[in-house]
Amino acid sequence: MPFGLLKYGLRKTYPAERHFPLARDLKPSYDVVIIGGGGHALATAYYLSRDYGITDVAILEKGYLAGGNTARNTAIIRSNYLTPEGVKFYDTSVKLYQELSQDLDYNILYSERGHFTLAHTDAAIRTSRWRAEVNKHLGVNSELIGPEEIHRICPVLNMSEDVRYPILGALYHPPGSIARHDAVAWGYGRGAARRGVEIHQLTEVTEILQEGGKVKGVVTNRGTVYANKVLQATAGSSSLVAKMAGFRLPIRTIPLQACVSLPVKPFLDQIIVSGSLHVYISQSSRGELVMGGSTDPYGVYSTRSTLDFKEGLLGHMLELLPFLGEMKLNRQWAGMADMTPDFSPVMGLTPLENYYIDSGWGTWGFKATPVCGLTMSYTVANNKPHELIEPFRLSRFEEMKQVGEKGAASVGH
Amino acid sequence: MKIMNCPLNGPRNISEFIWGGEVKPMPDPARVSDREWAEYVHIENNTAGVVREWWCHVPTSFWFIAERNTVTDEILRTYPAGEVFKSRVEFTAAPKANEEKK
Repeated sequence: MPFGLLKYGLRKTYPAERHFPLARDLKPSYDVVIIGGGGHALATAYYLSRDYGITDVAILEKGYLAGGNTARNTAIIRSNYLTPEGVKFYDTSVKLYQELSQDLDYNILYSERGHFTLAHTDAAIRTSRWRAEVNKHLGVNSELIGPEEIHRICPVLNMSEDVRYPILGALYHPPGSIARHDAVAWGYGRGAARRGVEIHQLTEVTEILQEGGKVKGVVTNRGTVYANKVLQATAGSSSLVAKMAGFRLPIRTIPLQACVSLPVKPFLDQIIVSGSLHVYISQSSRGELVMGGSTDPYGVYSTRSTLDFKEGLLGHMLELLPFLGEMKLNRQWAGMADMTPDFSPVMGLTPLENYYIDSGWGTWGFKATPVCGLTMSYTVANNKPHELIEPFRLSRFEEMKQVGEKGAASVGH
Repeated sequence: MKIMNCPLNGPRNISEFIWGGEVKPMPDPARVSDREWAEYVHIENNTAGVVREWWCHVPTSFWFIAERNTVTDEILRTYPAGEVFKSRVEFTAAPKANEEKK
């Protein structure tokens, strides 16, 4: 909208646009209730209203909109996974992301950077080659490159062999990107709200009503709401909500910590990740270095911070970028990640009829936001799992058909 | 650094330990159905609150049990597994039903 932008720029005042209608009372019943108000929930509501005409939808969020893991990730988008199931799924997401600003008419600050997964051991080189071949076979741009090529593309990286873990090579994934995570949620939320979806913040679900193996509705702190269909999209609290619905999940809730530095002039175009050192780092559009590491060594339902995390992360990071020795940290945070035994999500139908789940988002949730919305809306509308998420069904564990996704960020190689 | 009290070695840094997950009762491997066994292997209670879990002191390979609050991250008690597991578990071979089917 270039003329709209020009008109706005020439105004004396700059009126802020209201994204969401003001809060109102809950209706007694809805067609679809979505528990959780993060990116996945908002995206699902958006596609439900846009593609299936299902607009009688209420999003019930315990806290504030997109304040959970949507606000607590490191905003990296990529599709260079290891399993064919994972690659197809995340690649659909990357393609949706590339068009998302246009689609939502909302700037999500999508920025294609190129993504390096550094390899410091022979084993990591082997995994990188494996990933590159699977990626290329499925049409994803990804290749194994050596130290000279790494240095050419990203000259700030310390390629010295005189360090504890010299860089031997890297899996290079040019489409790897970052985006403004809040904008993704706001854009989807605005699009859904415009089509009639109701968004209710500070609305906590305390009970899930069921009758004869079918979901009937939910009890909240603001009263009972009946619904034909209910979707749970509450990463971090997945097990607790599923327990209310009467089933258990193969999930452990483990914090994942991250931090940002003070903003500095742009010097790092690429996204640098090391699976072996458990470091990922990129520079945001504001100039802050966004840094994350591995998940905590044990499970906690808390977003507390630990010194061990920073020592571990920054020690390794200084080996890759030694000139950051004087850099100051600005903020740090943690999110509660749903870790599954096979590093893949748990999505689709559940033992409770008309009750759907979007969970198991360990370290791979943000990049999957659009494809989750797309596939979960299909699943809810048709009461049948979308083919892309069929491999991620809950019952794969009793069938012993796990999807061993060793391309996930938290997996060492 | 957070300190954990190892029943064998006394108070040590938490980085010396690894987390082994929930203590859950093992069904009889010889009689249990495949579905129940898969559930035992994969499914978690993932409780928010006080839980009983396996921990290992890595330098001495000593496995023990800890009671911990997963919301406040407080370690309430640690003790040797012998306090819970009083008798030896025998892994007798399962009947050869599977082989006969083939």
